Amino acid sequence: MAIGVEKMYESPTPTVVEFIGRAGNYFWEFENFGLTFPGYYALYMTAYMNRFGATEEDFCKVAVKNHYYGSINPKAQFYGLRITVDQCLKSRYVAWPIKLYDSSPITDGAAAVILASEDLARKITDTPVWIRSVGVATGTANLSKRPDFIGLDAAYQAAEQAFKRIGIEHKDTWKYFDVADVHDCFTIAEVMAYEDLGFVERGMGIQLVRNEQTYKGGLIPVNLDGGLKAKGHPIGATGTSMAVEMTKQLRQGVEPRDRQADIYTGWALAHNVGGTGHYAYVTIYSLDKNGSPRVKPKR
Amino acid sequence: MVMSLEAKYEEFWRQSIKQLNEVVKATGLPIAPDEKGQYSLWYDVREMRLRFSISVERIKRFFDGLREGKVYATKCRRCGRYYFPPQADCPYCRASDMDWVEVGGEGELLTYTVINTKPLTYSHYPDYVVAIARMREGFNVLAWLRVDDPKRVRVGMRVRLQVVRREPEGYLTYEFVPVEQ
Ligand SMILES: [Zn+2]
Repeated sequence: MAIGVEKMYESPTPTVVEFIGRAGNYFWEFENFGLTFPGYYALYMTAYMNRFGATEEDFCKVAVKNHYYGSINPKAQFYGLRITVDQCLKSRYVAWPIKLYDSSPITDGAAAVILASEDLARKITDTPVWIRSVGVATGTANLSKRPDFIGLDAAYQAAEQAFKRIGIEHKDTWKYFDVADVHDCFTIAEVMAYEDLGFVERGMGIQLVRNEQTYKGGLIPVNLDGGLKAKGHPIGATGTSMAVEMTKQLRQGVEPRDRQADIYTGWALAHNVGGTGHYAYVTIYSLDKNGSPRVKPKR
Repeated sequence: MVMSLEAKYEEFWRQSIKQLNEVVKATGLPIAPDEKGQYSLWYDVREMRLRFSISVERIKRFFDGLREGKVYATKCRRCGRYYFPPQADCPYCRASDMDWVEVGGEGELLTYTVINTKPLTYSHYPDYVVAIARMREGFNVLAWLRVDDPKRVRVGMRVRLQVVRREPEGYLTYEFVPVEQ
C-alpha cells in the first residue's frame, strides 16, 4: 500500500509561505529576493500572457472549471462551493498576476493505493488498472537558468519519455486519453500542462480553456476531481490522490456521474510536478495490459 | 537601521512569549486558537532560533565585487559558458577554470511579478517586484526591479543591473533599474 498524507491547514499562512518559499532556490531567490511559490508561477503567467495574448480572465476560467468539479466531489476541500469568473477576477492579488482564486489552497488530506504484482492483482480484483508508463525528469533549481517561461521543461521531458514507452507521438495526445489529472497548483500551471503534455501545441492551451474543451465531454477532460485548485493540495498526498482518481475514472466508479469521464480508450494520464518544475512525473494508466492506445472516436 | 528591525522582531517575540506564558499560567497548558480563530494550537515551549550559514568560500570574488559596486558572473575558460549566479565549476568541462567577468549591465525584461503575499521574514517590506532579465551576454538574472509604479513595468523593457544596499538589513545586493529611453 502506498499512502500519501499531509496536514498543513491549521498552520498560519505567513509560515506556510515562508517554508514553501524556502523550497525553491534558497540563496539566490529566497534569501535575497523573497520569491514565493505563487511568485514563481506568476513569472510564468506574465510571460505566457505576454507571449500568447492570454488574459487574467482566461486563467480564471480554469479556476471556475476546477471549482465546478470540486463542488460535486464530496472529498474535495471546496465541496459545495462554486465560483464565478467575476469572483475570481475580484479576488486579491497574491503575486500579480496570480490572484487568490488562481491558487490552490492550504489543505489537509490523505490518499492510498494498493500496488500489486500481476498475479496478486488478479486475485484481489477483476478490474486491475495497469501502470503502463512512467516518465520522470528534472529541471534547474534556479529559475533564472531556464531558457523560457512558457512551459516546464521537466514536465515536457517526462511526458516525452512516458509517451515513447507506449509508442505514441508527443503531439495531439488529447486523442489517446479519456481523462487526465494535472498539477494545477496555480491556474497557469494547468494551462502549461496541457501544452507540456502535448494535448495541444504550445500557446494553444488557453484555447482549450476558452472553448471549455477540458470539461467532461470536451476534447480531453482534465481534473474532474477538482484538481489541486478545488480538491485541495495536501502536498504529500497530492500525487497519490491522482493515482486514486485515475483508477476510479478508468473503472467508471466515480460518483456523482457528473464528474465521471466517458471511457472510450481506457487510458488515463496523471501529471505531477515538484518544486516549480524542479522535477516532474507523468504516469500513464490503462485498462489494457498490453498494446498502445487507440484513438478516441470522433464525436 | 539593523538594530531597529531586530528590535522590532525582538519585541514581537517578547510579546508572543509573554502572552503564551500568561496562557500557561491561566490554563496550565500552552494551547491557544490559531490565527483564523478556528483551531486549537499547541505553541511549542522549546524555542529554536535558526539562521542558516551557507558557504560562499569558492565564490567569494562575487561578494568582493559587490563591495566594489560591481556584479560578477563566472565564465569558463575552456568552453566560454557564462554562469550566473556565479559558480566555481563548469559541469560541461568538469573543470574549475573560471574567469570572473563583470556583468555588462543592460538587459531585456523577460518576465516579472509583484509579491503581494509575503513570507514572514519579508513582511516588513512594501510589495516588491521580482523580475528576470536576459543580459546582453546571453544569460538571465533574477532580481528585484526598482520602480515607483509596477503598472509601468513591461515585458521587453530595458533594465540595468546595479549594486545597492538592502535596507533595513543594510547588506549589499543587486537589483534592476529601468534604463531611461
Ligand atoms: Zn566549460
